[in-house]
Amino acid sequence: MALHFELVTPAKLVRSEDVHMVVVPGTEGEFGVLEGHAPFMSTIRDGEVKIYARDGATPETIMVRGGFAEVGDKGLTVLAEHVEG
Amino acid sequence: MASLKELKGRINSVKSTQKITKAKQMVAAAKLRRAQARAEEARPYAERLADVMASLASKVAGDSAPMLFRGTGSDQRHLLVVVNTDKGLCGGLNANIVKAAKAKAKELIAAGKDVQFYLVGKKGRAPIKRDYADRIEKHFDTSDVRTPGFDEAEAIGKDLIERFEKGEFDVAHLVYPVFQSALVQAPTIDQLIPVPSPEETAEGGKAKTVGGAVVDYEPDEEAILEELLPRYVRTQLFAALLEREASEQGASMTAMDNATRNAGDLIKDLTIQYNRSRQAAITTELIEIIAGAEAL
Repeated sequence: MALHFELVTPAKLVRSEDVHMVVVPGTEGEFGVLEGHAPFMSTIRDGEVKIYARDGATPETIMVRGGFAEVGDKGLTVLAEHVEG
Repeated sequence: MASLKELKGRINSVKSTQKITKAKQMVAAAKLRRAQARAEEARPYAERLADVMASLASKVAGDSAPMLFRGTGSDQRHLLVVVNTDKGLCGGLNANIVKAAKAKAKELIAAGKDVQFYLVGKKGRAPIKRDYADRIEKHFDTSDVRTPGFDEAEAIGKDLIERFEKGEFDVAHLVYPVFQSALVQAPTIDQLIPVPSPEETAEGGKAKTVGGAVVDYEPDEEAILEELLPRYVRTQLFAALLEREASEQGASMTAMDNATRNAGDLIKDLTIQYNRSRQAAITTELIEIIAGAEAL
């Protein structure tokens, strides 16, 4: 049970790992992505991406600005122009 | 025939030039590795973005598409965004870029279009000014930052899109060097605005529908595409800046390697000449002494 998560910026591939769940700040509200999520595409507002490595674990947060999220059969890909932390 | 002292002076001067070119060559080699790594790290983002663009572009078509995508409807006014380096000592790199840009400008002017230049980097200014002084729209200076990054690409992209929305031009082309190897940097011309429909990357779009379920969009396709297009333009510019960086270091390395070798040859020739003159001087001196002794 793992979701493949990738966080990419123009400068580099920041993250590419298998996690339990990721909460993404979409323009129309936050959404959480687990494994097997339906194909989905959304712009995201500036905010924190929360990464839960395991169920119930304390989330790791990454600030993103200017982004875009895509959920496909390969997992979740977040494209962000800037990443902090 | 130059005097011994003069020759010695020349040898020393060529030697110090060689030291400089050698140092520059080593610096370029080290920087090249970094520039190449940076260009490689930028690739995943560009690829993903192109994939997403391709899958969206097929869905949004016709008049509802954003202006950046469908264009202004005319192609009268062209803008050439020429990316040159800020520093010299890199062989024919800048000359080649400028040559490609001028050829394109000539072709467009011959077809009766208006052409304007938007110059990025210092080294393209003088040669383009010589031929098209009245057509230069703007210089964008990247010389005050050490390694141009995404911030510069963002600034250029923003400026270009503003100009496009104000209707200052209809089509923008990007002229930049593509780094192939340390020996080859091919100047390339790509259409930047309107964003060309990504037909060649259509496979990315197909792969998504093969996945089965229909993709949900939030807010909707058009809104996403609208936000994506400026980002795509910026990514193109960023990639061009990275390619420029790698090309500059590669070209510089090759040029300086040649210069170092030439200096070496020159030193060898001069040293031989110096030794011969010295030998000749000694021989003459000996003959004089012997002749003097015989006369006694």
